[in-house]
Amino acid sequence: MNPPSPELTLADLPRVLVGKVLSVEGSGKFSERLRELGFCLGTEVRFERQAPWGGPIIVSLRGYRLCLRLSEAKLIRIEGMAGLGGIG
Amino acid sequence: MGKSIHLALVGSPNSGKTTLFNALTGLSGKIGNYPGVTVDRRRGHFHVDGKEVHLSDLPGSYSLHAISEDEAVTSKVLHGEMDGGIVPDGVVFVADATTLDRSLPMLADVLHIGRPTLLVLTMVDELKVRGGDLDLFKLQTELGIPIVGVVGNKGLGIDDLRMRLPDFANWVKPETLPDRNTEARFQWADAILQKVTRHPLSESPMTRRIDKILLHPVFGIVVFAAFLALFFQAIFSWAAPAMDLFSGWMNSAADWVLATFPEGLFADLLADGIIRGVGAVVVFVPQIALLFALIFFFEASGYMSRAAFVVDRVMGWAGLEGRCFISLLSSYACAVPGIMATRTIPSPRDRLATILVAPFATCSARLPVYAILISAFIPDTQVFGPFTLQGLTLMGLYVLGGVSAVTFAALFKRGMLRGASLPFYLELPPYRFPSLKSVMLQVIRRVRVFLKAAGSVILVGSIALWFLLNFPRHEAPADMSPAMAHKAQIEQSYAADIGHALEPVFDPLGFDWRINVGLIGSFAARELMVSTLAQVYAYEGGDEDFAGFSDLLSRPNPETGETPMTLASAIALMLFFVYALLCLSTVAVIKRETKGWKWPIFMMGYMSAVAWLAGWIGYTLTLVA
Repeated sequence: MNPPSPELTLADLPRVLVGKVLSVEGSGKFSERLRELGFCLGTEVRFERQAPWGGPIIVSLRGYRLCLRLSEAKLIRIEGMAGLGGIG
Repeated sequence: MGKSIHLALVGSPNSGKTTLFNALTGLSGKIGNYPGVTVDRRRGHFHVDGKEVHLSDLPGSYSLHAISEDEAVTSKVLHGEMDGGIVPDGVVFVADATTLDRSLPMLADVLHIGRPTLLVLTMVDELKVRGGDLDLFKLQTELGIPIVGVVGNKGLGIDDLRMRLPDFANWVKPETLPDRNTEARFQWADAILQKVTRHPLSESPMTRRIDKILLHPVFGIVVFAAFLALFFQAIFSWAAPAMDLFSGWMNSAADWVLATFPEGLFADLLADGIIRGVGAVVVFVPQIALLFALIFFFEASGYMSRAAFVVDRVMGWAGLEGRCFISLLSSYACAVPGIMATRTIPSPRDRLATILVAPFATCSARLPVYAILISAFIPDTQVFGPFTLQGLTLMGLYVLGGVSAVTFAALFKRGMLRGASLPFYLELPPYRFPSLKSVMLQVIRRVRVFLKAAGSVILVGSIALWFLLNFPRHEAPADMSPAMAHKAQIEQSYAADIGHALEPVFDPLGFDWRINVGLIGSFAARELMVSTLAQVYAYEGGDEDFAGFSDLLSRPNPETGETPMTLASAIALMLFFVYALLCLSTVAVIKRETKGWKWPIFMMGYMSAVAWLAGWIGYTLTLVA
């Protein structure tokens, strides 16, 4: 189904910079909440900034900015955008 | 027909619901530029065409599937599970025009409930400034519901909206709706927006520029710390003249009463108990106003979410998340709204841990106590630039409160409240600068609350204290000077008995019986400490120069050479105030939010122990040094 490139999650965004959402892992209400925040199939997500020492990341999607911890970002599977997807 | 109409304001967090609510009802609900300002339903009403419209302002939510208590309120009201089953006649869905990509999918969910719904687009001015252009007529057709565009904080479009509200029965309803699942709702929203967007909006360039500095790992913290230091310095430098003026007035008023009314208990009660007791607190209005202007500026500018981002590593170490941090920051104004703000925290354990430490945040009631003790005992020496030891000490006390809150939260989360954190996310809104008018309105609102407390709890407390200080009566010999007679009276009053009874507990902290009396008053409200000191010491120092009330505390007695209070006991008292849970309203709100007496009693116990210990350490170290 997926291209043979290594699985990427939103936690990899600081490296790949731009990605498209594939899916949100899990079916609990928190996973559902991440979908309701706009992490839906095909949504483009851009990396904005990361706090030092492995701190949270700020991403922009759907015209707004959201701060997430890496542990939450790992729940969101992404693919790198064309031309950038091969990095990492 | 005088039938009243019930409408509810629903929408994403930070979409401007409360600003709109305030504009429609003329009320002044608390507003800010961060998600989660409103945590409970607020109601107001107004009249249009002789009809009474009741409007409920509801907490913002990203979804009707609630994950925290504030969000649950919104879905309960919409489904008629509150207010004895009253379902709102109509829903006013509020959406920030700049983030429609995210809010339209929730609108779809709300439309599924089937109530008549009107869409209000807020911040349409910001959309234009950022180059965005929407075809509103087309959007109206595509959605199949009426739309009104407003600029809530400038009042644009409000009259038009107001006229349409009573007409809810005629609001058109959509013909088709997407599936309820999230993917389908987002696809539906994307398809509609693609059709109606004439020009996409660009990012706010100002926000990007400011974030470049404020979110920088080094500069961000330096800029923030410098700003805070300047602020605390300002409290001492700028507000001091206004305070002196106020205390001068208070003293003249007290003197006037004593000179005008026949000598006796009534004149004493009025002059000493009421004017001096309450006045000692009221003189802090300029500083309180400055403090609230700063807090509101933080809340309204969009910095709150950024601060949560910057300190997230520290909060993560403590086992807490950004929303806990925002609740703690709010507690710096007052622990009561701060504790209520914990309703936005989805994890019950994190929420409890935040409540358990929120009173350590330096609330505005501590400011008068700190200010008096600092100006009496800490020298006004210049440290560098505009900063003096006094301003830095005050800042130190504020920082100590925050550091202690996070440290204790970490202890609780590693001990009895252990458990994995729930996922955390926080929206970062664009920076928005509050108008001078809205800053003034919020400051006036808070000053009014402060004065109301001064007119109720503080007034009653000061009067009670006056009675305790003046009874039983001591008959002074005729040749005694009035000041000495006052002193003799106080020394054998009921208050003295109580204060002496507490000496075994507080002697190790260097508190004499007078401070002990103040501590009892402080359990009702912290400001009563200031009233007590004013009432007790005003007599002893003589009345000639009230402007130096703080001066009275450090002025040596001409006969004994002793000062009423020493530096060591002043430091012990300040440290005690950093930690002690001294506020009945806070205890009451903790009981309400934790649904029982268990946690408020636990908090009073552990905070008193920590306060005593901190005071003792401070006293002992100062004596050694």
